[in-house]
Amino acid sequence: MDVLTAARLQMAFSLGFHIIFACIGMTMPFLMAYAEWKWLKTGEEVYKDLAKAWSKGVAIFFAVGAVSGTMLSFELGLLWPEFMEHAGGIIGMPFSWEGTAFFVEAIALGLFLYGWEKLNKWVHWVSGVIVGLSGLASGILVVAANGWMNSPAGFDYVDGKFLNIDPLAAMFNDAWFSQALHMCLAAFVATGFAVAGLHALLLIKDRRNIFHRKALIIAMVFASISSILIPLSGDIAAKSVAERQPAKLAAMEAHYHTEKGASLIIGGIPDDETKTVNYAFHIPYALSFLAHGDFNSEVIGLDQIPEENHPPVLITHLAFQIMVGIGTFLFIVGLVYFFLFWKKRETIFKNWFLRLVTFCTPLGFIAVEAGWTVTEVGRQPWIIYEIMKTADAVTPMPGIQFSFYMTLLIYLFLSAVLVFIMYRQIKMLPVNYPSSIAHLNQEIK
Amino acid sequence: MMEFIVIVLGISFYFYVIFGGADFGAGILELFTGNKSIKPIYKAIAPVWEANHMWLILAVVIIFNAFPPIYSRMSISLHIPLFIVLIGIIMRGTAFTFRHYDAVDDGVKKYYNFFFRSSSLLTALFLGITLGAMIMGGVTDAEGISFPDKYIYPWLNPFCVSIGIFTVFLFAYIATVYIIGETETEEEALYFSKIACRFLIALFVIGGWVLILAYLKEVPFVSDFLSNPISIASWVLATAFVPLILFLMNKNNVLGMRISVAGQVAFIMLAWAAAQLPNIIFMENGNHLTLYNSVAGPSTLYYLTIALVIGVIIIFPALFYLFKVFKSD
Ligand code: HDD
Ligand code: HEM
Ligand code: HEM
Repeated sequence: MDVLTAARLQMAFSLGFHIIFACIGMTMPFLMAYAEWKWLKTGEEVYKDLAKAWSKGVAIFFAVGAVSGTMLSFELGLLWPEFMEHAGGIIGMPFSWEGTAFFVEAIALGLFLYGWEKLNKWVHWVSGVIVGLSGLASGILVVAANGWMNSPAGFDYVDGKFLNIDPLAAMFNDAWFSQALHMCLAAFVATGFAVAGLHALLLIKDRRNIFHRKALIIAMVFASISSILIPLSGDIAAKSVAERQPAKLAAMEAHYHTEKGASLIIGGIPDDETKTVNYAFHIPYALSFLAHGDFNSEVIGLDQIPEENHPPVLITHLAFQIMVGIGTFLFIVGLVYFFLFWKKRETIFKNWFLRLVTFCTPLGFIAVEAGWTVTEVGRQPWIIYEIMKTADAVTPMPGIQFSFYMTLLIYLFLSAVLVFIMYRQIKMLPVNYPSSIAHLNQEIK
Repeated sequence: MMEFIVIVLGISFYFYVIFGGADFGAGILELFTGNKSIKPIYKAIAPVWEANHMWLILAVVIIFNAFPPIYSRMSISLHIPLFIVLIGIIMRGTAFTFRHYDAVDDGVKKYYNFFFRSSSLLTALFLGITLGAMIMGGVTDAEGISFPDKYIYPWLNPFCVSIGIFTVFLFAYIATVYIIGETETEEEALYFSKIACRFLIALFVIGGWVLILAYLKEVPFVSDFLSNPISIASWVLATAFVPLILFLMNKNNVLGMRISVAGQVAFIMLAWAAAQLPNIIFMENGNHLTLYNSVAGPSTLYYLTIALVIGVIIIFPALFYLFKVFKSD
């Protein structure tokens, strides 16, 4: 393995690890706040217990999110010093705003976690909402920075120099909106289904448990609304990619040859040698429509892009298929849930539906990882699209392989410990609700 | 504008040393006291724990936004110690939280303790070593020299390691004084007071040793230090706090003690900063990286300033509120 590969893998692992906690940090506060709001409105203790039980999980995940994020803010320099030397002054602004958002989030979280007894109920509730809002804000801001890498703006590039820097224009680049919108929805999809799935699993064992029932309903409301919306925002994202990064779109779709009325390729294994996609399913004209909103528009293929600037087609295409496949599936699950919720409420707690939701537990997160693979691998070989190559940005220090192995080891170890702790946490949840409320209260204090 | 940004950078660095330092110090202290100090430590830091390490992130963001060449030079030449600091931050951050939140209280605690303590020590040590390397002037961008000459010896040497050890004891000292205020019995307070005194003595010994070493190695920083009236005055003032702190400790005046230690640390850092600035990284070839030759363009500074002003307006009242809520009883 060479230094470049090691650095890319280390970056990919660190980001792939962090994004899980970021998604949870952006969305769980809203689930908690919703539960607490129900408690404040109805006075039913189960909602309070739910908010408290969730908040313990969030505290654990938040800490891991914070340290893995700290790691990232150093890694950007440790691995890509040349990139940061130029990009720092241009996209530093969203990061500095993000710093403020983190602070607010951390302070509000302190109030929320430790303030159950000390704060006025509504002040406490508001602090929970603020945790969520600042989490969302920080997500949007980093994604804007990432959007700049995909769609550089806010400077003039003259003879290898970045002149006339305008941080505001850099932040509001062409990609920021479609990416940020899609990311926020994705966080709700992933977290919503993961939480719903866990409670569904526990309900299969203990069908009457009101605690898990309420939890399932709250999580499914968030999960379903966002999973119904996300294909729409995915379509916006795809159109935006078609405009600004034709090479990425071509790699996503394994679209080798430029053509009018291009067909959409579903599944299949792209073969770079023969420039064909084996075992795929074709829908005529669909790609032209999806990319440009017109069945006969021309879609640029990889043949128009110099060979050395091709992104890895296989990975990008497969990752895209995984994301869209999961997106479509979860869209259907979301619709089914709403249908059952309005028409046959009790079916939600039938075995088959609980099993279906349990099956969805990891899907959202898999889609998130796949989606980021599309975005990041699809940008290769550029680190700043059409400005700087990834290979030119990497650190001159030899031996990054060791830091990659080390990072990998630490993250695997941490994941194992985290699973262990969550398992123990879940074992403490009430089995014979409501008789065990008192017990839960004691545990949570 | 640059002055304002540098001041905010200085403040966040200072807060990281006193708040984050108290966090690290708590772990180091546990190495000396075992489980005895765990309970007061939680009382002292748990609610503000997340906010404490934000100061580091703020400092890093300001550096890579406003002074990108400094961030990039540090990242390349001091890659190894910074990476070790990161590992430490990950281990201790998670160990602290896991230890606190793990639902079951059993033999596993032992391992959390081990990781929390050892990584607190490791992180503080290597933070200090990194700082030492920036002061010492061994950092080089020369081509064609061996790996150790370029990436290891600039920080792995007696001077930098001594600064690392100094940092370890400084953090432990801050934490101990802080914890005295959280103890419940007089006996406990006395116990921690004694430890604080020992750390203070250690600080003097190591501080003196660092100066001697720097003088012998002809570290450029030392002549700057000795010829700078602000540095000398701050140094004298930091020393003058010692009898005051001992007196307050004797009186068991918690607030006074905490404020004096914060003041003492401020003067120690001021003494260093006055001599160091505007240089940030002393390079071996004499082309030091300074605030002036590394600063980003005016539009970048303009937007960063706006962000920081708004941030300061939001953060300080919010932090104050957090402290007030949790220190009210
Ligand atoms: C729960 C997760 C999830 C789901 C169900 C989907 N996506 Fe997605 N997608 C993401 C999670 C995600 C992501 C991880 O959040 C990405 C990575 C970068 C970004 O902004 O969002 C992403 C990126 C991303 C991009 C690349 C954007 C860019 O590079 O600028 C496109 C074109 C799509 N998505 C399209 C879709 C479509 C058409 C979907 C239809 C069902 C879909 N996504 C479902
Ligand atoms: C958290 C979600 C993200 C994930 C999962 C992710 C994933 C990845 C992956 C897989 C790579 C390696 C690509 C390759 O080498 O083929 C990569 C590279 C990189 N990403 Fe991201 N990314 C994320 C968000 C971001 C954000 C928000 C930024 C910065 C603002 C960023 C900056 C980078 C940089 C600097 C590289 C290295 C250069 C490169 O390979 O292009 N990423 N990321
Ligand atoms: C798409 C990518 C990303 C998203 C959506 C995202 C979002 C978040 C969120 C919501 C948090 C709060 C922590 C939590 O609740 O667990 C967080 C933490 C953090 N993130 Fe990321 N992040 C992303 C990528 C990055 C990158 C590339 C960096 C580094 C430059 C970074 C730096 C940090 C830092 C330093 C923290 C810790 C702040 C704290 O203590 O609250 N993040 N991130």
